[in-house]
Order: sequence, then structure tokens, then C-alpha cells
Amino acid sequence: MTEISEQTDNEQGDPEEASIQDNPENPYGCPVTDSHGQTVLHPQHDQYQALIETLKEEGYAVCVDLCGADYMGNDSRTLPSSVSPERFEVIVNLLDVGAARRLRIRVQIPETSPCIPSISDIHPGAEAMEREANDMFGLQFEGHPDPTPILLPDGWEGHPLRKDFSMGRIPVQFKAVEGR
Amino acid sequence: MTKLDHLRNRDAVLRMSETEAEERASVVDPDDERMIINMGPQHPSTHGVLRVTMELQGETVLRSKPVIGYLHTGMEKTAEDLTYLQGPTNVTRMDYASPLFTELTFSLAVESLLEVEIPDRATWIRMLMCELNRMSSHLLFLATNGMDLGAVGMMIYGWREREEVLRFFEKVTGLRMNHNYIRPGGVAADLPDGWREDIQSILDVLPERLEQFDVLMTGQPIWRERTQGIGVITTEEALALGATGPILRSTGYAWDLRRSMPYLAYDQVDFDIVVGTYGDTFDRYAIRLNEIRESMRIVEQCIDLMPDGPYRTEDRKVTPPPRARIDESMEALIHHFKIFTEGFKVPPGETYSAVESPRGELGCYLVSDGGPKPQRMHIRAPSFVNLQTLPHMMHGGLLADAIAVISSIDPIMGEVDR
Repeated sequence: MTEISEQTDNEQGDPEEASIQDNPENPYGCPVTDSHGQTVLHPQHDQYQALIETLKEEGYAVCVDLCGADYMGNDSRTLPSSVSPERFEVIVNLLDVGAARRLRIRVQIPETSPCIPSISDIHPGAEAMEREANDMFGLQFEGHPDPTPILLPDGWEGHPLRKDFSMGRIPVQFKAVEGR
Repeated sequence: MTKLDHLRNRDAVLRMSETEAEERASVVDPDDERMIINMGPQHPSTHGVLRVTMELQGETVLRSKPVIGYLHTGMEKTAEDLTYLQGPTNVTRMDYASPLFTELTFSLAVESLLEVEIPDRATWIRMLMCELNRMSSHLLFLATNGMDLGAVGMMIYGWREREEVLRFFEKVTGLRMNHNYIRPGGVAADLPDGWREDIQSILDVLPERLEQFDVLMTGQPIWRERTQGIGVITTEEALALGATGPILRSTGYAWDLRRSMPYLAYDQVDFDIVVGTYGDTFDRYAIRLNEIRESMRIVEQCIDLMPDGPYRTEDRKVTPPPRARIDESMEALIHHFKIFTEGFKVPPGETYSAVESPRGELGCYLVSDGGPKPQRMHIRAPSFVNLQTLPHMMHGGLLADAIAVISSIDPIMGEVDR
């Protein structure tokens, strides 16, 4: 089985300083890897929103999917050397319907401050998906118009898809019906 | 003003916390006569447990918000506790009207990580079964859509025709629904003897029945009055909201993964993509009705072109040894036992697979840490994303039309909530 190929040669410097125009070989200014024939971009946290916007102008106009992932206890992950692994990831799947091509974006999100800018301004369709990621992983999307629970009941404690939230840990919480 | 600003400024989405909505429920605002009402989650037309909080002015729907999660059972969490072989039993319960598609997208994702080749026959069986499933799913839509709009007889006819297809599924997979038939490595069993005749009898009876549906609904003035021009959405809106499937195609945009990004053997069969013009409820109905006809064309070609050969991969890593080997070899028995108890290990990595389900793009994002169970399994459910178009479609329409619009999105709540 082939490992995810690493492309580290053009990101040796401080990744914070790499802007989108900086590197002629790589138009996105962030490491690009290939995972089973699919292109994956690894932007830094602060490049994320601008990158989504740039890509939208380039034709990736549909945000097909956005989800979170928790890598707690998973050491098998292969990342480009300039990307420092964090516990959480947000994975965005973009689709270019004109050219029939896809692109995936993986952003690292530290456990200490699980925040990331919301892209629902750029892709309104991401709104429900970001609410779901917030429910499941406790990732906060800054600037989200409606950061309420979507799949979980109001007032639910904990984030079920986190690896330290074990199955059957707590009984199902139901909201008390008032006045009855 | 760009198209996107238009979407935002129209103020169609009700962004209100549940507490505030409860406080204001059924109270008429004396100034502008606005009121909030709740529809569902136990409303017969909402196809399961969908609740819609709506802001009304008189009978006009201003803003609305689909409230979901009533069927949430944490299936993505469950998937992390099941081996890759058990995985399809879990995902098949998401979209219960078209279970084979979820099994397919999950299996494609696992196979992409394993990098195993699937035999031709398995590919064609998958395609055949999925197209039959698309027919049964759309027939179910016709039944519920008809009932929602008052063509109650349609409820019986749609279910009756769907049952013909499910009867064939039962013969092949052992179950009418939740088949666990498409598995990583191929399919669970070969097609039974006489499958061609069984399918042919379905294909013989359906065209005539579809023409009856045309008489019953398509051409009827009452049906057209209730659906034409209702719940209109534009291509730009649909793309911005991530809507796919019949909703996107109803706007006239011919996007179908089977054609645009072919998987299985869809590049080897002839079929047309059905598109609408106005993006209204009628177009979405007509697209699904005619997609049944296109699926029948694909099924016919599958009957003719079905190759011979194994129905699952010969790769012993994924497929247990044949029964005869188990009788003579201890190692084969151990191997068989290990595959079903421990499961097979999948190399570390992550992948995304997508198929065109009857509702739109159905994707599976899979992360493996090298063990026999997924580290993360996410299903990109088309109904979940498509529901976001609901407030935009209902905005400015009448409350009575809300039923028609919800029905035309054809959400399957098992898939929305997962």
C-alpha cells in the first residue's frame, strides 16, 4: 500500500509567511498532498478562509461537505512536515461543477482553542454542516450566523464524536417538559 | 449585488433559538401580524420526524427553519466500533429508502483505502441493484408526494410498484430493506437463478403503470395548479446551498455524478440525465418520474451486458476462503474465523467517495488508523444538505404549499439525522 505522498520541498520556511502568490510551483501557498488520487490541501489556520475564497473564484463553487475529525490516540496520520499535527481537523470537500473536479482541505485545530473562522459567508451551504461539527466535536465556528445545536437536543453536554466520549457513558438526556 | 447577497438578504432562514421560538409560538404580533408556528415533528406529511418552525404573516410563510435531530442515533459513532465488514450493516440503515447506495459509497471508500480491484461482475451487479433501488426509491417518492398533495390513490399505487422491486431484492439479498448486500470487496452473493426473468417481469409491467401515473397526476390540472411555480429555486441558489440531485437538476443544471464523474461502469451504459426548467415542485416531481424510466434503460443494459466471473474480489485479505477450502485446510478455517471476528486491517489514510443517490451526492469520508475499525466515518447525506434549501423555497409562499415543497425535497430523516 502506498503512503500518502509528502510534498515538503516548497514549504521549508516559516509557513506563516507563505502567501498564496509566494510560490510559483504551488499556487495555493500551502502543502498539497495526494491521497488515493484525490488532491488534499493543508492550509494553516489563518490561511483557511482566504484559501476557500480564492478557490471559489477559481471555480470550486460548491462546498459539498464539511466535517470534523478527532485524531486523539491516532499516530498513524501522515502530514506534510510543515504542518504540525493537532488533535482536531476540519475537512472541507469542495467541488468544481464546471470542470468536474474535487479538492479536499484539511485544517488542523488545536485542542486548547478549538476555533476556526466560519465559511458560511462564502458557502451558505456550509451552515448546517458547521453546526453539526460544532455538535459533534465542540468546534467553534467564528462568525457563524446561527451556532445552535442541530442534531443534538438543546443543552446537551459533551461532544459525542470526540474520542474521549465513550459510548454508553451517560444515559440519554431529555429535556424536562415544563408545565405538564 | 451578487447572487449570494441576494440569498442572504432575502431573509428566508429563521435564526431563532428554540426557547425564543417556544415563547413566541402561536402568539400573533399585534404590530405586523407575524406569528411563529411549529409544524411537526409528528405531521403526516413531513416524512418521519421533521419539524419546521415557520414565521407566518397571515397565510404567507416568511422565514422558516427545519428543526432536525429527532432520529439522531449517533451512527457515525457506532461506525467507529464496527469492523469494516460490519460497517455496511450500520450505514444501510441511514437512508432506508435507498439503502444500497449508502452501502455502495461506504464500500467504495474502503476499497479505495485497501486499493483492491473489484471484479467486473461485482461492478455490474452493484450497478444493476442500485438502479433498481433508484426505481424503488422514486416510486416511494411518487407515493408519498401524491398523498401529500391529495392524490391519495397514488399512495397505494406507488407502494404496490415498489413492492415488486423489493420482492426481487428479497430474493437476491434475503431482505426487503437494509440489505447489507454491497460489501467491501464485492457483493454478498451472486444473483440467483432466473434473475433475468424476474427483472424482465418488473420491466414489462412498469412502463404501463408509469403511464397510468401520468394520467393520474402529470396531466391533471389540479396537480399542475398545486405544483407549478411552487417552491422555485435557481441554479445559483442550489449550488450555493450545496443542493444536489433532483433539486439541482430541476433548475436546468445537468449535474449527475453518474455522468459527470463516472463511477462503477456508468460510462459504459446509455442513459439520459433528466433536467427541469423552472426549478419548481412540478419539475422535481417530473424529474423523479422520468428518472425511473432512465433507470429502467440502464437495468435493461445490465441484463444484456452482465459479465461472467466472480462476484467478489479474489483478494484473500478481504474475502474469506471458499467453503471447499475450509473443509480441507486448517489455515483456511482460521483465516475465515479471523476475518469475521477480528476483521481485516485497512492501511492508514483518508479518502472520500461519492455516488449519485436518488437524493443527490451521497459521500463517505473515511479515515483509517491501520486497524480493523474506522477511525472516523462520515456520511455526506444529501437529504441533510438539501433541507437547507427548504426556507428559500418556502419563502413568500402559502402555508398550504409548504407541504408540497417539503414533499418535493424528498428528505429521508434517517439519513438527515444519522
